[in-house]
Amino acid sequence: MAVEANTTGGWSLPSSRESWIVRAFRRNVTGYMFLSLWLIGFFGLTLGPALASLYLSFTDYDLLTPPQWSGLKNYEYALFHDQRLWHSLSVTFNYVLWGVPLRLAVALGLAIILDRSVRGVAFYRAAFYLPSLLGASVAIAVMWRQLFGADGLINSLLFVVTGIQGPSWVSNPNYALWTLVALTIWQFGSPMIIFLAGLRQIPQDLYEAASMDGASGWRQFRKITLPLLAPVIFFNLVLQTIEAFKAFTQAYIVSGGLGGPVNSTLFYTLNLYLEAFANFRMGYASTLAWILLVIIGIFTTLAFWTSKYWVYYEDESR
Amino acid sequence: MRKGSSLRSQIFRHTVLFCAATVMLVPLLWLVMSTFKPDNLIMSEPLRLPDELDFSAYVKGWTALRVSFTTFYLNSFLIAGLAVVGNLAACSLTAYAFARLQFWGRRYWFALMLATLMLPYQVTLVPQYILFLKLGWVNTFLPLIVPKFLAVDAFFIFLMVQFFRGVPREIDEAAIMDGCGPWRIYWKIMLPLSTPVLATAAIFSFIWTYDDFLGPLIYLNDMRTYTVPLALRSFVDSSGGESLYGPLFAMSALSLVPVFVVFLAFQRLIIRGVALGALKR
Repeated sequence: MAVEANTTGGWSLPSSRESWIVRAFRRNVTGYMFLSLWLIGFFGLTLGPALASLYLSFTDYDLLTPPQWSGLKNYEYALFHDQRLWHSLSVTFNYVLWGVPLRLAVALGLAIILDRSVRGVAFYRAAFYLPSLLGASVAIAVMWRQLFGADGLINSLLFVVTGIQGPSWVSNPNYALWTLVALTIWQFGSPMIIFLAGLRQIPQDLYEAASMDGASGWRQFRKITLPLLAPVIFFNLVLQTIEAFKAFTQAYIVSGGLGGPVNSTLFYTLNLYLEAFANFRMGYASTLAWILLVIIGIFTTLAFWTSKYWVYYEDESR
Repeated sequence: MRKGSSLRSQIFRHTVLFCAATVMLVPLLWLVMSTFKPDNLIMSEPLRLPDELDFSAYVKGWTALRVSFTTFYLNSFLIAGLAVVGNLAACSLTAYAFARLQFWGRRYWFALMLATLMLPYQVTLVPQYILFLKLGWVNTFLPLIVPKFLAVDAFFIFLMVQFFRGVPREIDEAAIMDGCGPWRIYWKIMLPLSTPVLATAAIFSFIWTYDDFLGPLIYLNDMRTYTVPLALRSFVDSSGGESLYGPLFAMSALSLVPVFVVFLAFQRLIIRGVALGALKR
């Protein structure tokens, strides 16, 4: 504030200068009063806890006795000895690396079809979006569990169509994770709406000119739609990847809260939750949280780094 | 190639759309249909339509746990309602400061606010729990409500800042000429002009809080404080035998109704909110 007063206040008379300072002071007080709730939340519930969790990640803490400093022991254990952690990582990576691209592909495909349709757009958009909106709930996870159960809808349909008696998908360690991948694909609605909004901004005459030159539909998709939509695809990819890493509720319900069968749905977040609130290893759970932050950070950085090669924003390409 | 193209591609598009809509909606319809069937038919004949509209599963499910669903719904609506109030009040105050007021460090705070958007909740989970435990707030609704009054959901701040910036500054300036201070401008001008974004924020606060599972799972241990999702989880645990499938389905389907009603009533706002939250970044 003092700096500002010097640069702007200049050589004015003491009295008017004082009033300027008073005004600046009052302006700052008003600004910080508006900001005060957020500031309390930021320091008390975000920054403070984040730093506390960083500290706890170097300790052993069971809630009953004070945290015991243990240096890098937690990280060493996590990276080199914790089989369960590595297993949960591979489950999560499978979920993210299959679920996110498939979800985005379905979202993009249907957005393109919807964008070109005339009738029934509102109905289809609503029908496609509804599962995303409901999808975060426990009820949908309960439904999904029964859908893929031994006597669920999927197996009945399978039996009617092919005569094969399907297994209980959710309680078979080979398939349980894939029912969760199917669930995440089923919820492609919100990226689809974002794609749709992006498609609406592509100028129509580009396609007309391309058709005139005899470009096929596929070629138009490759040369017009994809490049112009790249920023939106990139945005969806980053956002959906982060969300997928954080997925918790569905795995908890479908697996019965423990990541079963045979840990096949032990998501990273579920493992972290169990370490903290079933084993009360608060220090180690914090270590896991920070490792997750680093993993998400690496993925995001990678995405931003590769985006140089495939994402062009309108203002720079012209 | 685009609109109004050949008949064949039109038929192709409509077939794809119709099949996709079927895949999307059949599980939900199946769930609803199953709630009207007697227990023994749900799993033995999953494809059969119910013979009659039998509401007994709903009646049975409502009181199947030690505490009735009346309590769970009251808890859920109380928490979600207060979360909406908290988010609207705290986030709009914060957003107004970022969008309109001049004060020292504004840009740094704004950058920090954006950074919190990227922070996974797991990082603050354990210390927040310890904090609320030390405050004696475990088994109360406070850990689920108080953070909303401290604008912890940065997404809504971001959404509102975007909207407030679009409100013409001339209106504020005219108000300042007339002697209005920032509080009056916020209350009398900014908020009334921002009903679309406030409604969007209210809708998403409601749905997200109503659906929240991890928060109640960690903080609520006494069944009388359970929210609907937690109650459903207990239901899953207790319905190992097939006899409770009907009531479990009925209560699951019922728990989707509030979100479904909100969706029907505010479809446009919701869809615009999803598209807007993204493209303005």
